[in-house]
Amino acid sequence: MGVGSGRLYAAVAAGGFRRYATYRVATAAGVFTNTVFGLILVYTYLALWDERPQLGGYDQAQAVTFVWLGQALLAALAIGGGGFEDELMERIRTGDIAVDLYRPADLQLWWLAADAGRAVFQLLGRGVVPFAFGSLFFPVALPREVSTWAAFLVAVGLGALVSFALRYLVALSAFWLMDGTGMLHMAWIAGLFCSGMLLPLNVFPGALGEVVRALPWSSLLQAPADVLLGEAAPLGTFVFQAAWAVALLAVGRLVQSAATRRVVVQGG
Amino acid sequence: MGGSGTMAGADTAGPGAAAFIELDGVEKVFDVRKKTGFLKRERRRVRAVDGLSFTVARGEMVGYIGPNGAGKSTTIKMLTGILTPSGGRLRVAGIDPSRERTRLAQRIGVVFGQRTTLWWDLPLIDSYRLMHRMYRIPDVRYRENLERCVELLQLGELLDVPVRQLSLGQRMRGDIAAALLHDPDVLYLDEPTIGLDVVSKAKVRGFLRDLNAERGTTVLLTTHDLQDIEQLCSRVMVIDHGRLVYDGPLAGLHEAGESERTLVVDLERELPPIEAPEPARVMRVEGPRQWLAFPASASAAGLVARIAAEYPLVDLSVREPDIESVIARMYAERTSA
Repeated sequence: MGVGSGRLYAAVAAGGFRRYATYRVATAAGVFTNTVFGLILVYTYLALWDERPQLGGYDQAQAVTFVWLGQALLAALAIGGGGFEDELMERIRTGDIAVDLYRPADLQLWWLAADAGRAVFQLLGRGVVPFAFGSLFFPVALPREVSTWAAFLVAVGLGALVSFALRYLVALSAFWLMDGTGMLHMAWIAGLFCSGMLLPLNVFPGALGEVVRALPWSSLLQAPADVLLGEAAPLGTFVFQAAWAVALLAVGRLVQSAATRRVVVQGG
Repeated sequence: MGGSGTMAGADTAGPGAAAFIELDGVEKVFDVRKKTGFLKRERRRVRAVDGLSFTVARGEMVGYIGPNGAGKSTTIKMLTGILTPSGGRLRVAGIDPSRERTRLAQRIGVVFGQRTTLWWDLPLIDSYRLMHRMYRIPDVRYRENLERCVELLQLGELLDVPVRQLSLGQRMRGDIAAALLHDPDVLYLDEPTIGLDVVSKAKVRGFLRDLNAERGTTVLLTTHDLQDIEQLCSRVMVIDHGRLVYDGPLAGLHEAGESERTLVVDLERELPPIEAPEPARVMRVEGPRQWLAFPASASAAGLVARIAAEYPLVDLSVREPDIESVIARMYAERTSA
């Protein structure tokens, strides 16, 4: 990894950003969808927190903030899927992966860079507006300190890394399964539930709560949200996220070398 | 196969330095699992490439043909390092492709006709900028090569067009340019003219011919379009069932395939079949017109003179065998053998 490869992956990331920026109508539709979803969830949460104030340790404003954070991060962190993995699986299925493999570039870094470009675009293009909307029209709990916001952004970055590492494994399964639809569905359900997208994970009691909070998906939404809401110490959160990221990226690397070594590249 | 005379050889020193691409008994065996029942699976070994040996000298332009599933693409994938041979020895520019894939990538260009290396959603130029970084092409050389490709492949007006909006022919030219920006020593082309119209095919062929002549780029071309071979390659290799069944000049294929020419004779009136000297024979009679087949390697002169002397001849024409039927016959013979 020298300056040269840094420039290559920067170019890949820039390309990933611009590819998504091309589709403006899709972005506008996404913003609309996220806002509507946010409204539905906010009213559900308000009803819930009316009945059970301080549920999971959040007050009502924190719960509302959590909803709009979820909507802001849903697309960027591909919590329910919809990132690079669909494309990579399709390339494995059709054999187009051959083109990626003969290039003088690392497959995992390549897709990581492309997905990072996409994530940055979707954070700006699809995240900011629903979040601003929510903050304007609902009572939210936002920090005043710049340092908390900075820590939040770091946690989002680490969450994106964990999200990529998980989806990379899902995508590589296509080398063996060919049709990865089932894996995508499982990843979708796991992503929505285990990240805290449906309900904050601190709401879940007992062993279920303990387990689900320890799983990598909690790095995606629960961890950055708790940093922003002041419910978790940033450093500990970073360590938790980084540990999952390193472990999952390493597994991805192992699976990648197994996949490219012993699996037939499809098609003539 | 004149390339050997201009061999630089410095970077491929050692035994077999004259060969730029070198295969010696290369094999590729795949395990294919087939479902034979509810839970039963049958394991079957498929030899996609079965003891393949050939060499290609620097600057050669070689056609690599064979029926579907013959092992062409498997060979190309081994030559790029994507697939590891199950046996045998394989070298490209002195490099073992599967062990040093990344180092080799700097020396080779690949165009898979049915796939694209270009960024689908973005303007063509973005993909070229990416190649610039990926192959670490010095700025000056990148600009020169891009300019040259843009001019010769007529890409000027397409650079700012998203790849998904390009026609197939335009996209193919775009892909060929992408494969050449880093000045590869060897270019593998897998079906570069598939699906193209006549004009686009001519453009692609013309460009490849010039590239080979001016830059001495070694070209290995797989194709189903035999005109590609006829117009570009002095040498052709035919592969079937993973084995090389012919390697030599295109013209020699006629002999190897025992091809025949056809003499079409118009007589004054309807007559019984002409009694032609062996090995010529009448294939078909239709009124005053008769069709005679004779070996492509034999001269037509004697046959024509004999018929003219003994029969009331009005007109005649000689039809050359088409290479496709020659190769089709070659495949058929091997399958039935």
